[in-house]
Amino acid sequence: MDVSNIEKPIETDYLNCIRCGLCLAVCPTYREHLNEIAGPRGRVALARKSLEGELDLSPNLVEQMNACFACLACNEICPVGIQPAELTLSMRFVQEQVKPTGWKQTLFGGLVSHPGRMEAATMPLRIYERSGIRKLIYQLRLTHLLPPQVRDLEAMLPHLPQRPLRQVLPERTDAYGQSRFRVGFFLGCAQNLLYAEESKATVRVLARNGCTVITPRDVQCCGMPARGYGRLDLVRAQAKHNIATFEKANVDVVITDCATCGSTLKEYKVLLQNEEEWTTRAEAFSSRIRDVSEFLAEIPLEKPRGQVRTSVTYHDPCHLRRGQKIWQQPRALLSLIDGLDFVELPEADWCCGSAGSQLITHYDTSTKVMDRKLDNLVSTGAQVIASGCPGCQLQLLTGIRRRRMDVRVVHPVTLLDEAYEAENAKSID
Amino acid sequence: MQSRLIDDLKKILAKTSVLYTPEDLAVYGYDGTFIEARPDLVVLPETTEQVSQIVQLAAKAHAPIVPRGMGSGLAAASVPFPAGGIVLCLTRMNHILEIDLQNATVHVEAGVITADLQTAVEKIGLFYPPDPSSIRHSTIGGNVACNAGGPRCLKYGVTGDYVLGLTVVLADGRILKTGGKPIKDVTGYDLNGLFTGSEGTLGIVTEVLLRLITKPRHFKTALAEFDSLVDASRTVNAILAAGIVPASLELMDQTAIRCIEEAMNLGLNTEIEASLIIETDGADEQSVIREIDACISICQESGARSVKIAQNEAERNTLWKARRSMAPSLARKAPNKLGEDITVPRSAIPEIVQRLRLISNKYGLPIVIFGHAGDGNLHPNILFDKRQPEQWAKVEQMVGEIFAASLSLGGTLSGEHGVGVLKRPYLERALGSLSIEIQRNIKHALDPLNILNPGKIFPD
Repeated sequence: MDVSNIEKPIETDYLNCIRCGLCLAVCPTYREHLNEIAGPRGRVALARKSLEGELDLSPNLVEQMNACFACLACNEICPVGIQPAELTLSMRFVQEQVKPTGWKQTLFGGLVSHPGRMEAATMPLRIYERSGIRKLIYQLRLTHLLPPQVRDLEAMLPHLPQRPLRQVLPERTDAYGQSRFRVGFFLGCAQNLLYAEESKATVRVLARNGCTVITPRDVQCCGMPARGYGRLDLVRAQAKHNIATFEKANVDVVITDCATCGSTLKEYKVLLQNEEEWTTRAEAFSSRIRDVSEFLAEIPLEKPRGQVRTSVTYHDPCHLRRGQKIWQQPRALLSLIDGLDFVELPEADWCCGSAGSQLITHYDTSTKVMDRKLDNLVSTGAQVIASGCPGCQLQLLTGIRRRRMDVRVVHPVTLLDEAYEAENAKSID
Repeated sequence: MQSRLIDDLKKILAKTSVLYTPEDLAVYGYDGTFIEARPDLVVLPETTEQVSQIVQLAAKAHAPIVPRGMGSGLAAASVPFPAGGIVLCLTRMNHILEIDLQNATVHVEAGVITADLQTAVEKIGLFYPPDPSSIRHSTIGGNVACNAGGPRCLKYGVTGDYVLGLTVVLADGRILKTGGKPIKDVTGYDLNGLFTGSEGTLGIVTEVLLRLITKPRHFKTALAEFDSLVDASRTVNAILAAGIVPASLELMDQTAIRCIEEAMNLGLNTEIEASLIIETDGADEQSVIREIDACISICQESGARSVKIAQNEAERNTLWKARRSMAPSLARKAPNKLGEDITVPRSAIPEIVQRLRLISNKYGLPIVIFGHAGDGNLHPNILFDKRQPEQWAKVEQMVGEIFAASLSLGGTLSGEHGVGVLKRPYLERALGSLSIEIQRNIKHALDPLNILNPGKIFPD
């Protein structure tokens, strides 16, 4: 394989891996398969051997790179500073440069980069939900006629909004009372199309706490899906578009309520570090990014006087816990809410198995990893599981429906919003 | 032969448990060392019966079998070197079969991760003390095969001290069960002792019955910092001479401290020359406190610059996590490291530390020193770049001198990693020819075809 003229990992990315094996302990895919090839150490060895010409960049080798869930647990534990998860993502990009896949261009370049097209393409799903067909199918138990994987994918869909949030949410939401902060809101694709109600709640909570919220309409996908599929070039294009968009918005911080968007946006400065005209702009942009829980922890927050009476546990999204080192803040938000009985989830920061689209591409592994999470969830007895990542939420919901459990999946900020709303209801009484 | 063997193996095992693509073979060719060799086949059995059938097929084909767990070994004992053959990976035999509270025993399959075993027994108040640094990424089978140690072995002893019984697949496929739940057993030769530490050369351990003890309820952990490495090593002896047996007494030199600080940002003082981690434990809180206080006084009298006690469980866990990440973190300094595990009588610790420094100075390559100083078991790690031939030549000479130094002080080559491939050339010097002859005879009696992990332990 000739990889001399393409962008690829450099020697220091893998050279000092001394194969101690510490990463095997924390790798969700290794722990399910108990096979060296399904673990970080094996992936680093394969990447190195293919880059050094000892092995071909064979379909099997590329598959091992795609099989990584990029949960970042290996990156965090490696005492040497090797980043196996990053290496698998870089190797996917190597593959796309050597042998581009047509459908990835269509999907990530043609569709995902254009919010309008995404909204049009997902219209049938909204009709399916809103027309009552979905309800009917559930009532008649017709989902049982589907093969398990298709049934799981159907179950993955939350209750869909009537319209994408981008078409509903104003570009400017004024602060309740005096405006203390002018903040941007990065409306991610999943929030726009699937979790519109949660992002509405996020904006309400921000406005209530003195924020004037600017939501630019023409943001593009943060880029993580394209990155996962090896199209770093498209991620860079999306990054530049988003940076330019928010420069025009003139805001102090840019807030997102999606763990994955947040970690990707914070990484723009790394992704663009070799493009001279963009380095400074990317650094400025990335330094303004805040996860909503991170931002709310930085500002004086109004204590909700309403109550939410339920037991709740919290799942750490990989892209928050390890991607952004945010784990205390969401728990602190939940502790503000009266009536909540918080139970810590065992192995709270273990990947849920979503990893973007692994439920579709690696169904078997994804459901095994999910089962570990659900066993832990069951052990808490919680009625609600909070998690600030739409990918995790979709995965948890799928698992909960598979096991016919009665547990609600929710963004932690939505619970905070409910506490505020409960207080409003009380004052109307 | 190979394609027929594959067909036969697929009749015994699931399709996903017989591996032979170039990628599969590439990732089963290494362990925690820099030695690498490609196997011809990899199998992942799930039962003792399957292991037995695999061995029978291999015996028929005269194919070497290299047993392994998670491949964290530090002597290349589980690398299919030099002969290739079948790598038999036991990680999927990972069931805890029985925890017997009344007899304080646990019966497990060989592929159970040691940390998982500990967590399971600790839930009901029992305790499995051996704690190799690879505790979260090594299996109990591998621990038995290498007779693994760890920091706590100072007070509690090594893996072999807890083995009550084994299920072993012999070289002809027969299944041997040794020992049992009784604590005392002198009925015949001690076969548990024979197979423990045999590095997969005498049989394949598929199940292990272990003795457990009551979990200590209290721990106190201290970090003592010294301006002089020699002072720190003398302190080890002073503590033990005072009649205190801490659970652990670990030494780290400056390079070790710097590497771990770089990896974990714990706020360690990187200016000092050495530090000791001291832990006392027991059932009675007052005596645990008394012992740690006594250790602290001795440290201060021996010239410690500062001594800090972990204030809570989180601080204690951080210290141990740092200690367990120590060896790998050294790779921040160089692409390769060779970690030895010489063990000397504990009175010789200050002397061996001095000699290691001299060897390092003589050859101009760093030797990082850390280890379980309390039981005389040190890990001198040579840092180098294997791609540079002149460095590699030096490393080989340095290893020879390190072993010579240890032997001359009444010490041994290996306290816990085993011989594997790496220490074979030095075995005769350590054991003498008669001992090696006896051991070869044992090997021949149990494995006449020489198919079980050939090329390990014995010099060519």
